[in-house]
Formats: sequence, structure tokens, C-alpha cells
Amino acid sequence: MIRERYLNALTLALFVAIPFWAITADEPFTITLMTRAVVFAIAAVGLNIALGLGGLVSLGHAVFFGLGGYAMGILAYHAQNYTPLTEWPFLIEGTKSMPLIWLVAVIVSSLAALVIGILSLRTAGVYFIMITLAFGQMFFFFAISWAEYGGEDGLSIYVRNGFPGLNTLDPIQFYGLCLGLLCLVLLFAWRLSGSPFGLALNAARQVPVRVETAGLDPVRLKLVAFVVSGAITGLAGALFADLNRFVSPTMFSWQTSGEIMIFIIIGGVGRLFGPVVGALVFVALEHWLGALSDFWHIYLGLLLLVIVLFGKGGLIGMLCGREAVHD
Amino acid sequence: MKFVTLAAAAALAIGLGSANAEPVKVGMITTLSGGGAGLGIDVRDGFMLAVKQAGNKDLEVVIEDDQQKPDIAVQLADKMIQSEKVDVLTGIIWSNLAMAVVPSATAQGKFYLSPNAGPSALAGKGCHPNYFNVAWQNDNLHEAAGAYANFEGLKNSFLLAPNYPAGQDALTGYKRMYKGELAGEIYTKLGQTDYAAEIAQIRASGADSVYFFLPGGMGISFLKQYKDSGVDLPVIGPAFSFDQGILQAVGDAALGVKNTSQWSKDIDTPANKAFVESFQAEYGRLPSLYASQGFDTANLLLSAMAKADVKDADAFRAALEEADFASTRGGFKFGPNHHPIQDIYVREVIKEGDVYTNKIIGKALTSHADAYWSECSM
Amino acid sequence: MSLILLIEQVLNGLQFGIMLFLMAAGLTLIFGVMGLINLAHGSLYMIGAFCAAAVAAATGSFLLGLVAALAGAAIAGALVELLVIRRLYTKDHLDQVLATFALILIFSEGTRWIFGSFPLFLDVPDFLSGPVTLPGGIEYPLYRLALIAVGLAVALGLWLLISRTRLGVQIRAGENDREMIAALGIDIARLYTIVFALGAALAGLAGALVGAIQSVQVGMGEPVLILAFVVIVIGGIGSIKGALVGAILVGLTDTLGGIFLPEILKLFLDPSTATSVGSSLASMAIYILMAAVLILRPAGLFGARA
Repeated sequence: MIRERYLNALTLALFVAIPFWAITADEPFTITLMTRAVVFAIAAVGLNIALGLGGLVSLGHAVFFGLGGYAMGILAYHAQNYTPLTEWPFLIEGTKSMPLIWLVAVIVSSLAALVIGILSLRTAGVYFIMITLAFGQMFFFFAISWAEYGGEDGLSIYVRNGFPGLNTLDPIQFYGLCLGLLCLVLLFAWRLSGSPFGLALNAARQVPVRVETAGLDPVRLKLVAFVVSGAITGLAGALFADLNRFVSPTMFSWQTSGEIMIFIIIGGVGRLFGPVVGALVFVALEHWLGALSDFWHIYLGLLLLVIVLFGKGGLIGMLCGREAVHD
Repeated sequence: MKFVTLAAAAALAIGLGSANAEPVKVGMITTLSGGGAGLGIDVRDGFMLAVKQAGNKDLEVVIEDDQQKPDIAVQLADKMIQSEKVDVLTGIIWSNLAMAVVPSATAQGKFYLSPNAGPSALAGKGCHPNYFNVAWQNDNLHEAAGAYANFEGLKNSFLLAPNYPAGQDALTGYKRMYKGELAGEIYTKLGQTDYAAEIAQIRASGADSVYFFLPGGMGISFLKQYKDSGVDLPVIGPAFSFDQGILQAVGDAALGVKNTSQWSKDIDTPANKAFVESFQAEYGRLPSLYASQGFDTANLLLSAMAKADVKDADAFRAALEEADFASTRGGFKFGPNHHPIQDIYVREVIKEGDVYTNKIIGKALTSHADAYWSECSM
Repeated sequence: MSLILLIEQVLNGLQFGIMLFLMAAGLTLIFGVMGLINLAHGSLYMIGAFCAAAVAAATGSFLLGLVAALAGAAIAGALVELLVIRRLYTKDHLDQVLATFALILIFSEGTRWIFGSFPLFLDVPDFLSGPVTLPGGIEYPLYRLALIAVGLAVALGLWLLISRTRLGVQIRAGENDREMIAALGIDIARLYTIVFALGAALAGLAGALVGAIQSVQVGMGEPVLILAFVVIVIGGIGSIKGALVGAILVGLTDTLGGIFLPEILKLFLDPSTATSVGSSLASMAIYILMAAVLILRPAGLFGARA
């Protein structure tokens, strides 16, 4: 535990130190890469609440990532074209304000998580994996054929959305904003896992019968976890769209779901900083391996295999020893 | 990072007599891995062939793989602009990736030369002085097919395209020129591989011809199944499904099919002959449409470099607008929205020895511009 | 819409469903016996198609290509089971998903590395090409009829294998009680390898058969894989009968939905809106079907109650 704390602190220090180095060395692209890692980390922290805490292996979190992205895309698209979203039953205008967009992203993805959760939690185990995967495909095909918002071409937003008091076009300021959100989300996840809800959820994952005898409904606990998890991943989706100033159905693809899951596995399931370490390592691998070979997916695949087969609890597990969270 | 720095034979470099002192750095973002890699590899090979032939040591090219993912393409564009400090971007194959990259790159003052994608948004209202399309506007080949259908006296076409923006644009383009009736119009699922249901509808529709736009593997599947179904209505398609790269995978099913293209390997100009020969010598395969577009893109860039300094954006833009290079497709010039005004041919798929390829049988449109230039104000 | 067209479309849906069954049967068998969720099943489908295309190109014989597809996919399956999958039986589903996802990456890029980035050529053999006229004047491609026949034959063969042979007894025992069959002295490791190779061979066969009328290219397996998942979720995981029924349901829904939804919507909407909305709905139809089945029967149509 102690070692894990040092490692967590070191990770956070890296997230602060690398961009500072990038500024002094005039490597602005490194900041973009780090922002990507931070946003992925937020998405994965979200999934980790369902996966690590609730034991829900969702292969459909791209739905929430994509919905967050499209919340940003659609709102900003209407704002930049000065057209209202809808005039009936009442007028809704687009917006270029990040806090508003985040709010919409979180609400929309929570609602979707609620509906998908209610349906999917009727099942468990492999059924759950497959049904979440199928919901992802449903949204993916819908987004592709939704011509009004670009279909497969996606939506381009020419200028990044604004945040009061910041110049979000400056890479380092946008990075700081994302990092701040990551810290908030981490704090939330940490408090959640120690709360009575988190403990009950943990118990529901391990011995559902005992939770039931205690008068709690394990399915309801898991549903709440799924909704919270979807909401956070949705927030990450909005940030990702703002980072790229672009959204497309790719955000809904099942490979995206797989990648968010990969971040957690690389770092360590159920560990607070697992998704953060995983996202950082993944972005670094993508950057360096991609430059080495056109066939870098082979190396990524081999690395994943090694971690799954021989790594105990991801990188954090290998460095800090096994903890009783991952079973 | 794959740097291809060209310190080639000095004699060649002198021959070009470049007027600029500053070297030009080009960032190429294209698809080199995954299912769509064939197109990107051809564009890259065509482009690098022209660069090698020119031997201009003031030109440096950085090539990166976008994996056909828009977010990766955006990230690479950021990297090339922020870290590599490139002057010119090029290479993107897919319209959706172009839409993700081009507007922000040109807004940052970079030049973008498109070797393939030509979405209508960038030809009309979204046009930009720094954006040049060297291939076509997306609708062009479809418009040519519509014109050819009129020429052949076809009166009742059945249309087929995937349900995504490029598919909708394709059928709109065809209908813009085509004057006959429609026997049917189907939008299929993107990535669909089985067309039995659609072929049955074609059979039942009483159509006299079929026009389809199904790029990549979708077109291969459709043609094989169409041939096997026994429906023998004439088929017309854009060049994408009859390109050198995938024709071998379609085989006999493609023989005799008419397709529209702005380029063909038998265009009888010295520049094209030299291109086809040198491409074969360099890479050991016949060049494709995409390779010719990559080759032309590089030559356009080289022609502008010989006339102006890339740091002087206005002069460089003027030099690009002149399009003073020997295009593989014969006549080539830019319209007011920086999209090509060019001839579009009708080709027929034939077999030369063991190799399936195309030969020109006529010209569908002469000096054709796109439909959106009047909406462009720059 | 004429009756002939309707019958033709039903045949198309049936043929699509039967091919999905070949994929789904392997998946559901592997899950039923070993409790393993295998995302890399689509890669085995691709391997089958590539083996068939390579051998058919070298020998000129489609049948040899089919044999190569069966053998190639079975060997690839057995190797993967011995090297990787074997270590996953005791792990949770999450690890299985991740490890088999990693296998997809390796297989896809590995295939591209060996065969290049362009699609390969594989064609319907001469003796099966062209249409035949069915009673009632329906013209239908002979090859597609052959696919239906082969698929039904495989279904029958599987049923015989499982209900009548020693291996089948072991497989059924493995589905019900894993400790028991180990106690009975059956070499469980060998059984698992055989079952995995069998599932892989079925996927490879499907890949080769379908490859002749589609495009043989990297990434061809994943869309089919997802459909096969939908099939076994609808049918009930572990049930071969469920896989057959689910596959035909999905095949018919997908094929007929794509035709009739736009037509039905044209009654209410203008034609172009109807076409685009109808196509969008049709592409989601099977997922809606799956959600509906799961609401009514969470363990699928033929699944044991979880």
C-alpha cells in the first residue's frame, strides 16, 4: 500500500513535470499528447468504477464516450452556425461554453447509462459483456447514418470552446483544465470507494447473497455504479472532442470500448491510479511504437498478452505487489 | 518518425533551379495500416517517386500513419504543425479525416494539398485559399457516370451506395447529370458485405442499368455476387471499385464494366507514359489512380517551389494556382475554388495477359469543374 | 412487392443466417465447454478465408482451398489454445476479453504483414457458379443454395457428433460438470484443445465459403464476430440449437428489415426521408431484436437460467 502511494504521487508529479519540460524545451506537441493521456485517464477512471468496483465488464463504454463527444459537437456546431438546436417545444440554442457542454454531456450519458444499465443488468457475466457491446454497435450505426450531424464524416468545430477566465486555445491552459478535472474525478472515485455505497458495491461484487440479506439490492447498487461510471466517461468524451475539435462515429466504435478497457488493464484493475498509469503508458506506446513500425499493433498485442497472462494486477500490481482488490 | 531526407544527385537539383532559399517541409498524413492501407501506400509511393525523380534537396517529407482514424489524424496534424513545423500538409485519403484536419490546418496558415479526398464542404462554403485539391471534388466521377449513362441512352437506372455522407454525395452527383428515370435507389449499411437482398431488388425492379458507389471491400463483394446472380444489366461505377489495387481481387466479375476516372494508365501523354514506366520500375507493380494523384500532388508542390518561397504565402499560393506542371492526366488547371478543372474519361475493365486493368473508351466530361465553386468566396 | 421477390429475400436471409450459425456454433461451443469468451474467433474466420484464397490461387482448386481453410484455421486454433487460451480458463472474463482482443491485433496485423494490404482473390468454383431456376420461376445463385446445404449439413453433423459420439458425451459432460469429467479420467486438456480447434475449423470454413462471394481482406472477421455474439446471446450461450435458431432469426431480421423498413416508412414519410430513416433503423434492427429477447428472456431463447 505504501509503495502504491509513492507510485501514485510519482505519476501525478510526472503529469505536472512533463508539460513544464515541454514548455521550456519548446515541444508543444508533447502537451497535446499529455492532454490526450489525461482525457483517456478520465474515461478509464469512469469505467473503472463499473469494472473495478462493481465488477461490471462493460464492452460498451464507447457509447458514453461518444455521447459526450456528440454533446460537445452538436452544441458547438449550432453555436458556430448561429442556428438553434430546436425551436419546439421551446428554443434551445447551441453553446460554446465548456461548463455548459460538460453538464449536458454528463446528463445525456447518465440517462443513456440508466437505460442501458436497466436492460443489461438483467443479465450477468458473458451476457453482460455481449449486450453492452451490442448497444455500442447500435449507437455506432446510428451515428454513421445520422446525416444531419455529418454521419460518418463527423463534425468539425473550428475553434475550441471557451472556459471562463482561461484561453483554452493555449495548449497548456487546456491541459491544466483537463488535469484539474482528472484530479477531481480521482478524488471522487477515491471517496466513493471508501463510502458506505462503495463498500456495499464491493460486497455486491464479491458476495451478492450477503448484500441481499443485509437488505440491499445488489442490482440497484450496480446500476448506480454503472450510471456514475457512464457519466464520467461521457465527460471525458466531451473533453476528447474539444481536444481534437472534432467528433465522429469512431468514438462509438467497439475498438474504443476495448481501448478504454486496455488502459485499466495495463495500469491495474480496481486500483485508483490504474487507469491513469495505463492511459499514460498507452499514449506513450502509441507514440513510440507507431513511429518504429507500421505493424506496431503486433507489438501492442504481444505486450497486452504478457500483461494479462503473467502480470498480476497490471503495472501497479507488478511494481507494488498484489492487493486484495483484483480477484 | 520516418524522415526521408533527400540528398540526391546534385545534378538533378541544379536542373530544377529552385528560386527559394528556405527548404520546404512537408507533412504527409496517410493510411498505412489496417484495411484501407492500400490506398495510402499508393499515394505515398506515387508522391515519393516524384520527389525522388526531382532530387530537390530543399524538400523534406515527414510521413505518418493515421490508421484511418480521425482522432489520430488530428493528433498527427497537431504534431506536424507544432513539433515538426511543417509548411505543407498532404496525404489524407478519407473525406471524414480531411474534414477533421484541413479546416484547422489551413486556419493556422499551413498549405494543404489533397491527393484524394474532396468533400463538398471544402469546395463550397468551406473553401480556403490555402487548400488545394489535386484529385477531384468527391462528386466529379459520379457526375461523369451520370453523363455517360445519358450518352449510352440509359433510361432507368438503379442506384446503390452506402448510407453515409460520401454515399449520399455520390448518388446526388450521379443524379445531377443523369436525365433518365430511377428504377430504385438503395442506401446500404456501411461496411456491408452481402448484397443478395439488393441484387434481388435490382432483378425485380425492371431497371436497364445499375450505378453503384461501394468503395473498397464492399465493391469487391458486390461485383462478385452480382456476376454470380445471373442479372446481366450493364453496371457503371466510379474508378474506386476498378482501381489497379483491387481489380485483381474482383477478377472476371469486373470484366467489361465501364467506370469513370480522371486518370488511366493508357492516357497518351509523355508525362503519363514516363510515370507508368518509372512507377513499375521502382515498385514492381502497375500504378493506381491513387498513385497518379500522389505523383501529381508532389509535382504540383515542386513546381510551386521552383517559383516562390514557401514563407511568402501569397507568392507561393499564386505559384500553386498556376499549376505549372506536367500532370499524368494531360490538361490540368485549378478552378476558382482550387479544385481541378479536368477531363473525365470512361474506362472499360480488360485483361492484359494475366493482369486485370482498364482501357479508355471515351471521354465523359470535358474540362469539368465541380458544382460548388460558385458558393466559394475567397 | 411480388411473392417471388419475397421468397428470394427469405432465402437470402436464410443463407446469411446459416453462415452466421457456423461462426456462432464454434463460439457457443467454446463458451459452453470451457467457459471462455473468445473475441479472436473473427480472426480464425479471416485465417480460413486467407488460407483458402492462397491455396486456391496456387492450385486452382476451390475444394483444396476449402480443405486448407479447415486445416489452417484448426491448426491456428489449436496453436492459440496451447500457447495462450489454455492459460485463460481459470481467469475471469475480463482477462479473457483483453487477451483475445490482443490476439485480434496480432492476427490482423500479422496477416497484413504476410499477405500485404490489398484484398485477395477467391472466386466461386465453376461448377457452382451462375443462377439456377427454382420451382416457381425464381432465379437464385447456385452457390448460395450450396451454402445453405453445407451449413445445414454441418448443423446435422454437429448434432450427431454431440449426441452420438464419445467425444460428444465428453463435451456434454464438460458443459455440465467440469470436475466430474476430470474425475472420470478424461484428459481434459486434450478435450479442450480439440473443442477449440473444432470451433476454429467451423469459423475457418465459414470464412472460406463466404470469402468466395465477398472480399477477402484484413478485418473481415470482426463485423461477423459481433453478429455472432448477437446470435448466441439471442439463442442462449452454450446452446447449439439456440445458435441455429438465433442465427436464422438474425439473418432474416437483417435481410428483410433492410428491405421492408424503408418500404413501410414510405407509407408515412416522403420517400427520401423514409429511405434514410429506414436504412438507419434497419442497421440497428438486430440489436433491437436482441434487446427485446433479453428483456423477455435474460438467458436467451434456449439458455439455461443463469
